[in-house]
Amino acid sequence: MNIIRGRVFTFGNNIDTDQIYPGRYLELTEHDEIAAHVMEGADPSFASKMKRGDIIAAGTNFGCGSSREHAVITLKNSGVAAVVARSFARIFFRNAVNLGLLVVEIPDLGDLGLRDGDEGELDVLRGVFAAPGGSRTFAPLPPHVLAIIEAGGIFRLFREKGAGVFG
Amino acid sequence: MHALEKTLARASGKTQVSAGEIVLAEVDLAEVNDLYLQVIKSFRELGGEKVRHPEKTSFVFDHYSPAPTIKAADNHKKMREFCAGQGIPHLFDIGEGVCHQVLTESGMVGPGTIVVETDSHTTTMGALGAFGTGVGATDMATILITGKLWFKVPRVMNIVFEGTPPKGVMAKDMILHAIGDLRQDAAIYKAVEFSGGAVREMAQEERFVLCNMAVEMGAKAAFIAPDGTTLEYLSRYGWKGGEIPATDPGYEYDSVVRYDVSSLTPRVALPGSVDAVSAIPGEKITVDQVFLGTCTGGRLNDIRTAAEILAGKRVAPGTRFVVIPASRRIFQDALLAGYIETLVNAGAVLSTPGCGPCLGAHEGILAPGETCVTTSSRNFPGRMGSTEADIYIASPATAAATALMGRLCGADSL
Ligand code: SF4
Repeated sequence: MNIIRGRVFTFGNNIDTDQIYPGRYLELTEHDEIAAHVMEGADPSFASKMKRGDIIAAGTNFGCGSSREHAVITLKNSGVAAVVARSFARIFFRNAVNLGLLVVEIPDLGDLGLRDGDEGELDVLRGVFAAPGGSRTFAPLPPHVLAIIEAGGIFRLFREKGAGVFG
Repeated sequence: MHALEKTLARASGKTQVSAGEIVLAEVDLAEVNDLYLQVIKSFRELGGEKVRHPEKTSFVFDHYSPAPTIKAADNHKKMREFCAGQGIPHLFDIGEGVCHQVLTESGMVGPGTIVVETDSHTTTMGALGAFGTGVGATDMATILITGKLWFKVPRVMNIVFEGTPPKGVMAKDMILHAIGDLRQDAAIYKAVEFSGGAVREMAQEERFVLCNMAVEMGAKAAFIAPDGTTLEYLSRYGWKGGEIPATDPGYEYDSVVRYDVSSLTPRVALPGSVDAVSAIPGEKITVDQVFLGTCTGGRLNDIRTAAEILAGKRVAPGTRFVVIPASRRIFQDALLAGYIETLVNAGAVLSTPGCGPCLGAHEGILAPGETCVTTSSRNFPGRMGSTEADIYIASPATAAATALMGRLCGADSL
């Protein structure tokens, strides 16, 4: 998954976990059912517009609010390939890594002039995000974090290596 | 080093840590609330069989307490069975209160301890000098299995409140003022320390409000240096004591922000966003429901403030006033002090200690088109029920004054 190409959907600052996954669906536990409500609080039409492999681009503090993992589960299971944002709320970031959702922080993403439908290319290892408006570099994720995401989350690694997986 | 860095260093067996470093720390107290049956599922998926430290583990039933749906009841049942099977001694069942308040009264949290809960408002623990932070279900499951969790050592931002606040202005007004000024992403990945004369003079209960709401600016943890007020509170609830880490002189904060609160007036967060903070709007805003409660605004001091404002009076016709003590202890203390009787005589509706309608689960859900004033901490559309309801966040004094008048107003205008 070193290079990810996909259509970009843009969102603003402070997209909280209720916008990613409204609290009224918290009782759902089936991952497919959870995926059907992806980003519903921010854009009710998103689930019908998006395709597997699309990329979400957002402003600062993506994933703020509650500690619910549904927010990550819905993004991952609906097929969102990556979330790039100017910054992430920390509980969301941890949950994303633990569950294997690619999250990349790009502080100067904001002035790239991204528009919905733009083709974006994320080079995870080199730390470059390219779009029609230009490209931005970012600090690549630390190797042990990338390894967890590549393994689809910590579950298998943890069963094999225990707490050592956090390197 | 900062006191929080010393706490992380001790827990990870190091003498020195610095900001940005990743440490694997021993968790002193882990807490799972009743939204998180997923913790038990993840525990099994990760291969967990035996909880590493049952005596350092707790479960609190607060978000759905008593259970309002069959699903919630079944979640409680499975959690009770898990606690019994794993020999987890600290199960705080329905009616004990909101997890954060329950833990601060448990005698298990004190200066220098590391507390991790499946809830973002765990920053509350900072008011006791602890390192408290929230995590999701998977992180919590790894703690149950290993007793440890990795942390990135945060930089610390210092918010200084100086001056003596005017009457009717509470800690809630101060922290809303700061969040409105700094905005909700000001402290991402950072810890926030509160200090200054206004904090030193503050009752312990008010200090919890500052640390609780630090997460609304993105903070990972919060901190107030323990002093006589803290120690008095801790000894009241049976804290056995221990070493109290103190910040070294010359520690360099990430940033320092100062506010003089001497002329602060009551603040509200306008519907939709916690950082849309203003003075109380001039126009008349009719209020359908007032809610006093939660881990932010349901402590004894808050209930006392409301009882003083409503003593011998009546809640305005057409307005509902829902009061939910944050814990059983607070409920009992408020009963003994006569505050509950005062409030019920004034027309308030009391409910079981717990989260109540804070996250829209039960006990006071809002209808479309309704307006609510709440002492809790979040007001995005749909938080307390209908997405078409307006939620204003305010202090307990403002909430009580609003209940009395039936329109949004501060206690200073009575
Ligand atoms: S009272 Fe509200 S903010 Fe506090 S833990 Fe419960 S739901 Fe969360």
